[in-house]
Amino acid sequence: MFQLDQLSIRRQGADILHEINLCIEQGEKVALLGPSGAGKSTLLEALRRQQSLQSAWCPQQGALVPMLSVFHNIYMGALDRHSALYNLANLIRPMKAQWQQVGQLADELGIADKLRTSVDRLSGGQAQRTALGRALFSCRDILLADEPVSSLDENQGEALLRLALSRHHTTVTALHDRELALHCCDRIIGLKDGRIIIDSPCQDLRLQDLNELYRRR
Amino acid sequence: MNTTATRLRHTTLILTAFGLLAFFFADISVTTRDPGIELAKIGHGFLTPDFLATEKLWQALGYTLSFALQGVAVGITGGFLLALLWRWRLVRTASAVLRAIHELFWGLLFLQVFGLSTLTGLLAIAVPYCGIFAKVFGEFLEESDRAPARALPAGSDGFSSFWFARLPLVWQHMKTYGAYRVECAVRSSAILGFIGLPTIGFHLETAFRQGAYSTGAALLYLFLLVILSLRLWLRPVLLPLWLFATLLWQPPQASVTSGRLIRFLSEDIVPAPLRQADWQWSELADWLLNLLHEQILPGLGQTLILGMAALLVTGILALLMFPLISSQFGHRLSRGAGHSLLVLLRTLPEFLLAFVFVLVLGPSMLPGILALALHTGAIVAHLCGRFTDTLSLRVDAPGGLNRYAFEVLPRIYPNFLAFLLYRWEIIMRETAILGVLGITTLGFYIDSAFSELRVDRALVLIGAGVMLNLAVDAISRGLRQRLRLQHGLTDQS
Repeated sequence: MFQLDQLSIRRQGADILHEINLCIEQGEKVALLGPSGAGKSTLLEALRRQQSLQSAWCPQQGALVPMLSVFHNIYMGALDRHSALYNLANLIRPMKAQWQQVGQLADELGIADKLRTSVDRLSGGQAQRTALGRALFSCRDILLADEPVSSLDENQGEALLRLALSRHHTTVTALHDRELALHCCDRIIGLKDGRIIIDSPCQDLRLQDLNELYRRR
Repeated sequence: MNTTATRLRHTTLILTAFGLLAFFFADISVTTRDPGIELAKIGHGFLTPDFLATEKLWQALGYTLSFALQGVAVGITGGFLLALLWRWRLVRTASAVLRAIHELFWGLLFLQVFGLSTLTGLLAIAVPYCGIFAKVFGEFLEESDRAPARALPAGSDGFSSFWFARLPLVWQHMKTYGAYRVECAVRSSAILGFIGLPTIGFHLETAFRQGAYSTGAALLYLFLLVILSLRLWLRPVLLPLWLFATLLWQPPQASVTSGRLIRFLSEDIVPAPLRQADWQWSELADWLLNLLHEQILPGLGQTLILGMAALLVTGILALLMFPLISSQFGHRLSRGAGHSLLVLLRTLPEFLLAFVFVLVLGPSMLPGILALALHTGAIVAHLCGRFTDTLSLRVDAPGGLNRYAFEVLPRIYPNFLAFLLYRWEIIMRETAILGVLGITTLGFYIDSAFSELRVDRALVLIGAGVMLNLAVDAISRGLRQRLRLQHGLTDQS
């Protein structure tokens, strides 16, 4: 699915990623771990460029349009499935069929009652569910998500992550919760200072092994 | 829907409804017999500009710049002093009145006292600009951080603490705004030619009215060149030098006898019925009612109709034009072309555009609406476009119409509305002066009153215009507050 050879990315004179070699097969559920600034988001973007048409994308920044309703923000995942005029009609007045589909998904995400509320009036957790909803509504095979459940409490976060992972055959998710990564995924890639320093199946790893990633030099 | 977008949508619907209502009442007929032929002639003129036809061209340019520079110099000084007293309600009201009256009307007023003189040109710009500067500087000072002043040692005198801890905080803003206003003043100064002052507008009007479109086009090109190159040669450091040069060349003066001034104050501006020795209240009431019925109400009505219709078209044009310069759409070439178009429309004063359109279409509201909407629409589009450059959309954001409707428009809409409402007051102000071109807004009656030497009437009519402007300003401010709109960028084009 994904193949990176000696990928290096420099921005404004600083190394973001340094000679990354990576291969991800179809069916893998990968967790990206590492301290902030390790290059997780940049790596996800690089992966997205390889499979942009098949990837559902759930970024951290700029993910949602604050003044639009939850319905519209989720619906935006499907913009490419319809003509621009049909989309415009839905922007002005949601159609029944779309309302039901989006409503069903929102129900599974636990935000069915917020469908008519604009995102700028939601809590952080609710907004995050909406962002994930948009990714799921795009109905792609691959999920690339950047901290999709960071604003939710542990239990809710795990349930939601499992839901998201079950809808895609291949997933790469940047996480900061090490336990969550071990529970839900089957392979862990640990980044530090733009380099991969851990890459192994979850069953071979214990929580302590991951601490290496976060230790200060 | 319990969304922010819905609130914005409601405001839009209300404004649109008023705009459509205005169109229902507006006279938008084409009254010239053959607009196509006139347009072709003008077009031909623009292709064959004749730069040598205007006599005293350099003098006209000199006057244009003199009035602008001297006017801004006096206005900025007065405005700064008023801004220091901004917490007094009287000062705020007075400066609101000063700026509610357009430069052109001030010009007509001073013309009665000081005649066609350099002093009239200077004052016509200085007085309204004083009101504008007072407001802007007053608000700068009001919004600036007071902590540095409070942190000064106790007992520091107010004078020193102002210079050390208040002024430096707003100095840069004041400089930027002043530079922007110099550009506006050159435009205003050119327009003053339409009431007879010897600026470039005077020659423009003459040329276009005589059908000498090649001459007119050359003047227009020159005018554009002057404004667009302003930043190159009117550097802040050189400003005192330029000002000194204009003062040396055309010192503000007027040959005014004290008799004329006294006559103006004691006779001309006194309402006609009061000039008899044994006047009665009923006569004054009749005079006012008459004026109200025949001029004020029709004039206000037409001004409001034209202004609202223009506001609607402005909004539509701005929404259509901002993608032309937005980095979210198109490519470098298309944005370059978009920028050129918007710069052109922003630089040409709406009054000048309206003048040319009236020649083609006749003095209905249509040329007024078109001119105001094109100019203001370009300004709002420019501000919106620049705002979209600050948005960082997600990498998988859609393209084309989907990008426009779902990603960009909702995000900039609060700013768009704020820019538009902010410009509303200016549209109304400009609408009033379109009367000078024969469109029957309030300015038409004011201009007629002045040419009939009925200064008393003109003053009452100008007063009505001030009321309208203050009301529009209040409504616009109320709407912006209700929607909690911040325009994010300063009022600069």
